[in-house]
Amino acid sequence: MKSVTHYLKRLFLLELFKGMGVTGRYLFARKITIQYPEEKTPLSPRFRGHHALRRYPNGEERCIACKLCEAVCPALAITIEASPREDGTRRTTRYEIDMVKCIFCGFCEESCPVDSIVETNVFEYHGEQRGDLLMTKERLLAMGDKMEPQIANDRASDAKYR
Amino acid sequence: MQTLIYVITILLYIVVILVPLMVGVAYLTLAERKIIGYMQVRIGPNRVNLPLPLLNKLRGFGQPIADAFKLMFKEIVLPTHSNRFLFIIAPTISFAPAIAAWAVIPFAEGWVLSDINVGLLYILAMTSMSVYGILIAGWASNSKYALLGTLRSAAQVVSYEIAMGFALVGVLMAAGSLNLSDIVAAQNGSFLHWFWLPLLPLFAIYFISGVAETNRAPFDVAEGESEIVAGFHVEYSGMLFAIFFLAEYANMILIAALASLMFLGGWLSPFQGIPVLEPMFAWVPGIFWLLGKMSIFLFLYLWSRATFPRYRYDQIMRLGWKVFIPITLVWIVVIGVAILVKLPPWFDIVAKG
Repeated sequence: MKSVTHYLKRLFLLELFKGMGVTGRYLFARKITIQYPEEKTPLSPRFRGHHALRRYPNGEERCIACKLCEAVCPALAITIEASPREDGTRRTTRYEIDMVKCIFCGFCEESCPVDSIVETNVFEYHGEQRGDLLMTKERLLAMGDKMEPQIANDRASDAKYR
Repeated sequence: MQTLIYVITILLYIVVILVPLMVGVAYLTLAERKIIGYMQVRIGPNRVNLPLPLLNKLRGFGQPIADAFKLMFKEIVLPTHSNRFLFIIAPTISFAPAIAAWAVIPFAEGWVLSDINVGLLYILAMTSMSVYGILIAGWASNSKYALLGTLRSAAQVVSYEIAMGFALVGVLMAAGSLNLSDIVAAQNGSFLHWFWLPLLPLFAIYFISGVAETNRAPFDVAEGESEIVAGFHVEYSGMLFAIFFLAEYANMILIAALASLMFLGGWLSPFQGIPVLEPMFAWVPGIFWLLGKMSIFLFLYLWSRATFPRYRYDQIMRLGWKVFIPITLVWIVVIGVAILVKLPPWFDIVAKG
């Protein structure tokens, strides 16, 4: 008996009609497409996008050239050279992140003892020439200056979970 | 002089049929992307607008034209060691029968390019011709994936041709004619007189075989992106690929037109024989009913593509040979008995002969 009903079910394509019912219902369902350039998804404060180097409120750069980020970087995207400045403090002379190599894991940000290197929520950037995606110290600092309110805000809103 | 005028009028008729057909093909691709998108809770193409007064509000309506231009300007790559002549001629071979079959399709009462008495047979001949295009394309490409796709397609089309042919035998028995206009005329009466009701199994089998015949999902093993890249047209690019595409969609529209002519009464109004509605819709030209019925089938094509996963190859063969052919054979006998006893309301009028 069971095999007969099974056979009839298959013969009259019952399951297939059920499937078409499902897709037929979804034809009228609300569409969830985000129309990207005009609409955007909300970003988490922990979003890991373009890097930036931060400064202290007095304008002094935070980075002390400890090279922890360079050591922890699994993609070997960070290159740091350092030497003492005239005032005797230890500072980077070269701080480069190769955005082509970077995998946006966020380890550099985690490892940084002075919260200098951070990842902002900027993900819309591009390069038009070779080398455009090799972020130099100047460009990273400029990014930090530009994004500082956003960066500080994101850090503050995430602080209670840390 | 008379011959010349005759030739020119025929050419004009051909243009009058083919231009709307090509536009239909173009917008069927858009409809496909839109409908499948909607069923997958997406929006589908909505960026390219037509810069025309009324149409510029319809978002995405320029997409087929943009696609056509893109394909036209793309390079046609000829694979090394391919057979050049066959490689280039194959898309045409699959495209020509797909549009040649339209010669015998009646769009409304008397609106037919060539009203031949063997219309159904001619259609069957033409639709089976298009498999040669696929065969030649696969062989000429000198690619193993193309060859595999070709082999699958050939076996599949040959198997489903039989079930399709038997379904057509049922129609021809019921109508008593091979002429498509006569087949529609034989369904005159009301929507209950249409052949979908007495020939219901054949109707379902005809449409499913039609889907298989046109190598559309869920029977698109000839393309099988997941296992053989793109099947018979892996090596094709640019306009040559576009012609394959046109042929596939022209075939889809053809199957839809045939299904509506043979089973849903073609250009006959669905409100025939209903007291109030029939005079209300009497002004609608027959071609609109035909186009409406065709769009139902085309929607079914897209709907099933959005719903079903691809059949496994041996299951396709099983379905064609062990399910469809026995059912059609049985139903032909049933129809024969029904005609013998003059079963009303379909067979009580003596078939024309």
